[in-house]
Amino acid sequence: MQPIVQGKLVNRPAAKRKINVNLNSAVMYAILIVWSMTTIYPLFWVMNNSFKVSRDVMNNSFSIAWNPVTVNYTTAFERINIFKSYGNSLIMSGSTVLLVLLFGGLAAYVLARFRFRGRRYIYSILYASLLIPAFATVVPVYQLLIQWKIVNTHLGLILPHTAGNLTFATLVLAGYMATIPKELEEAAFIDGCNRWSMFTRVFLPIARPAFASASIFVFLWSYNDLFSAIIFVNKENVRPIVALLSEISSQYGTDFGLMATAVTLTVFPVLIVYLFIQKYIEKGLTEGAVKG
Amino acid sequence: MKGDRKYILMFLLPAAVIMSIFLYYPFFKSLYFSFFRTKGFFEKTFVGFDNFARLFRDELLAASTLHTLELMLYVIVFQVGIALLLAVLVDNISKGKAFFRMVFFFPVVISGTAIALLFVLFYNYQFGMLNNLLQSWGIDKVLWLGDSTALKAVAIPTVWHYVGFYFVLFLTAMSKIPSDFYEAAKLEGISGVKKTFMLTIPLILSDIKVVITLAITGTLKVFEFIFVLTRGQNGTEVLGTYMYKKAIVDQNFGYGSTIAIYIVVFGVLLSILANRLLKREEITY
Repeated sequence: MQPIVQGKLVNRPAAKRKINVNLNSAVMYAILIVWSMTTIYPLFWVMNNSFKVSRDVMNNSFSIAWNPVTVNYTTAFERINIFKSYGNSLIMSGSTVLLVLLFGGLAAYVLARFRFRGRRYIYSILYASLLIPAFATVVPVYQLLIQWKIVNTHLGLILPHTAGNLTFATLVLAGYMATIPKELEEAAFIDGCNRWSMFTRVFLPIARPAFASASIFVFLWSYNDLFSAIIFVNKENVRPIVALLSEISSQYGTDFGLMATAVTLTVFPVLIVYLFIQKYIEKGLTEGAVKG
Repeated sequence: MKGDRKYILMFLLPAAVIMSIFLYYPFFKSLYFSFFRTKGFFEKTFVGFDNFARLFRDELLAASTLHTLELMLYVIVFQVGIALLLAVLVDNISKGKAFFRMVFFFPVVISGTAIALLFVLFYNYQFGMLNNLLQSWGIDKVLWLGDSTALKAVAIPTVWHYVGFYFVLFLTAMSKIPSDFYEAAKLEGISGVKKTFMLTIPLILSDIKVVITLAITGTLKVFEFIFVLTRGQNGTEVLGTYMYKKAIVDQNFGYGSTIAIYIVVFGVLLSILANRLLKREEITY
């Protein structure tokens, strides 16, 4: 980025500078490419190996599977019933997202747009609840689920996950809704909106980016949470995918082909979805996580 | 507005109910449980502060705390460090920014359990990828998950998992720095590494503080990697897995709850400490 005039006037130092700059950016790109290899290659490696028999995964894990075998996939779908776990994960994490968005959205709307006594107090409680990890609630929640006979049912994970993610979602959504101009609200009010239709017709559509990013993070955290899953829903018919993975590692720990396949089947659907919605994720991070 | 009170209550109610039942009530119940010796769910005797006294005698808990702290050190130095380095680099290049942003975030969206399973395939002594590699170079196999290296081996996927998350946070913070700061620096002849250390890093210090706090509280929640890779064997037991063992495996709900409370207190103290140490004036542009 040398100014052109300067480049003409003093030719040699400018050239030297240029080489320097090129060298610098070469080093920078080298480092960046090395790190991107650490995030790309393992994924390629595991997918590649999912198409080999276990013996080949153990002995030639680096060779490309030119003659892919699907034996691991047959095992995964038939013997382990990975589809069932997929379904469970989708039901439980999907419901969690819906509940969190609905309840969190309503609470956020109130916190962002109403002035009332106790509002600051509610905010402090919300910030404090960010400090409560799942470890500190697991025993009483487990007891409650047993008493209500919903342990090992979908609801048995949906409810604790909803409670656990509401804080984050409410704070993100309230942060976004607070930036919506007041004029819009007044106009809608003059048009005869009551508070409920104001929420559904004005705030819900306008805050869509915040809802999108919150839902992505809530989904990921719910989908990826092993700790609650192995305690609350660890029976075969309700087990989500992460709990199944952990089960596979202890039951089939020597079947390398099957493990590679299980990882591939868990990781790639999420990655593909990620590629499509990537821009919302970063938006969510920049708007939300700094507060959380 | 008229009738607002009704809507305030109505809209806050669902969230308040579900959080009270599944978050606040259980938290205080855990606190309550920590004063009891329990047998199953329904038999319990009040023991006062016995469980808390036991915390201080519990050598396994002390070891778990130390392992967690060691892991935290790796996370702060390497996870936050690498994320910062990558963010500085990406901020300074002109082509390929979008590509690196996309690729660096890959591990974040993958579940820790899947990553842990992937590393099972890497670390396996007999047939793992790493020992395959060593053998092909004529080097002896290494017991990656053995006593001396297990915690470091577990730290690698832990660090790798979230680098991309902090990378994006740093990059966003850097993009908010007004460009006239850099122009002024350029006039002064400040560029390259000097610019990074004199300008960029001081300006995003408050974000670094937030990230370090997130890293600390995040490390206290580490569970999957250890549960899948080592089950807490060979000096890798951390607070999360130890609590799980006591409360769920041994069904010792009283003492398990005491450990959970200990984790919360420990986390709050560490966050306060980190905020004190990194105290700096907020910068607004």
